[in-house]
Amino acid sequence: MPSAPPDQNVRSEELLADVIIRLIGDARHVAVGNASPIPATAALTARALGNGRPYVSLLGSAKHTFFTDGGRELFDCAGQGRVDVFFLSGGQIDGQANINLVSVGDYRHPKARFPGSFGSSYLYYVVPRVILFRTEHSRRTLVERVDFISAPGTSAGHVFRTGGPVALVTNRCLFAFDRGRKRFALASVHPGHTVEEVLEHTGFDFDWPREVPITPAPSAQTLQAMRGVAARELSEVYPQFAAAVFGIEQRRTA
Amino acid sequence: MTTRRKDETQAMALLARTVDEALVAIADGCVLLVARESSGVAMEATRALIRRGVKRLHLVACPTSSLQADLLIGAGCVDTLETSAVSLGEFGAAPQFTAATIAGTIRMLDATCPALHAALQAAEKGVPFMPLRGLIGSDVLAERPDWRVIDNPFGEGDPVVLVPALKGDVALFHAPMADRAGNVWIGTNRELATMGHAAQKTVVTVETLYDGSLLDDPQLAAGTLAGFYVEAVAVAPRGAWPLGLPGHYAADADHLAEYARLAATAEGFAHYLERHVHAQRAA
Repeated sequence: MPSAPPDQNVRSEELLADVIIRLIGDARHVAVGNASPIPATAALTARALGNGRPYVSLLGSAKHTFFTDGGRELFDCAGQGRVDVFFLSGGQIDGQANINLVSVGDYRHPKARFPGSFGSSYLYYVVPRVILFRTEHSRRTLVERVDFISAPGTSAGHVFRTGGPVALVTNRCLFAFDRGRKRFALASVHPGHTVEEVLEHTGFDFDWPREVPITPAPSAQTLQAMRGVAARELSEVYPQFAAAVFGIEQRRTA
Repeated sequence: MTTRRKDETQAMALLARTVDEALVAIADGCVLLVARESSGVAMEATRALIRRGVKRLHLVACPTSSLQADLLIGAGCVDTLETSAVSLGEFGAAPQFTAATIAGTIRMLDATCPALHAALQAAEKGVPFMPLRGLIGSDVLAERPDWRVIDNPFGEGDPVVLVPALKGDVALFHAPMADRAGNVWIGTNRELATMGHAAQKTVVTVETLYDGSLLDDPQLAAGTLAGFYVEAVAVAPRGAWPLGLPGHYAADADHLAEYARLAATAEGFAHYLERHVHAQRAA
């Protein structure tokens, strides 16, 4: 299948953020965890485009959060169903949307170690729309079965669960997750990438339609909001990223 | 600066003359609760602990850590690490944490953020455990035999996880200011209060001393951990460096990038310790 050429004027980070903005859709509250500059870009851009809606909570930010009750407030909020969208990633993600943020190989004698599960082992269950995000789309990261389950993609019927995965965004494509079938389906491939390439670099089985759409480019309005208001706000939490992607000069004071 | 001795006044927190003096409460082998990066990390105190040669810590990073845990692990101060994650954030993986977990030189108790918050809340309430949603079907739960699953006694066929109360020996963090009675202003970083309530003793370093009582002004009192819970306070200007103290100073990005580079090898880490931790002894 021929691929559409990538738009030279749109960076890959901007395209991925735009994909996420559309997944966020209309939400009241979007929370973004640690080490997630592209989801943070998307959430801040969505807020700029929505004139203040959704509420955005960036972990690690003093400014972009309304929490006043310490670290537990995000989790308490989510436990009540007051967080609509959250983002998770994984050193490994498998075809049933199980995520591994801990280790490769045997847990007690790991071959590789990742930072840890953060809040995933809880938030994956209670946030209605969890967007999985991983920029490295390879057979190393997208595997048939994860070595350690930080949080499972689905749960047995008797387990309390009001949330879970809706999609997986990678540098090559967008997958949608079907909770009933416990499977991903290819929703679109990004410009410059192909279905064949996605098949070659994905370690798990997934479904795909006869005609796979190309991921659309961000609109001029979205790019303006992203490169303007959102980029400046982003630099407080992700100064290195904001400098590299959006050319925002770093400040020396907090 | 006046110095009050704990044994002289009983009720009052010690206003220590030096960071080392404030750290006396942190004994080898103790359960040490430390704060996440955005809440205020006592890095000057951490370097002082390494210089003192503290050993066998059961370090609880509430709920995550960055440079602090990595330094303590690399310096051989940690026996057990209980946390949800250790990472240098934008500067990449925490090299000494990664090496130690792969080599098996520390005992790892993997948790998830809300489980640590809940366990500390159980301790501050004086109850034995706290229930928590999520976790069922995860290997985080499977690898924690100290956590239990019960049937919700108020429901039917509803399994729910219990985490036991986490009582620390000492909580350690860095804050903007304290007064001479040991009241510490923490602002909206309420998890520092939870840590302080959950631990037997709390040791705090601060940027500066506040003249008067933080409890006299209702606006300041709302963001204050009372000296009642505080064992010792020491003044340590820029005491979170090279990490930042939100609202006061940013992290030292150049230094953290250098750390990430050096700590990737044993030789580089030893060089870092010599230059940025041990060399300060003479200063």
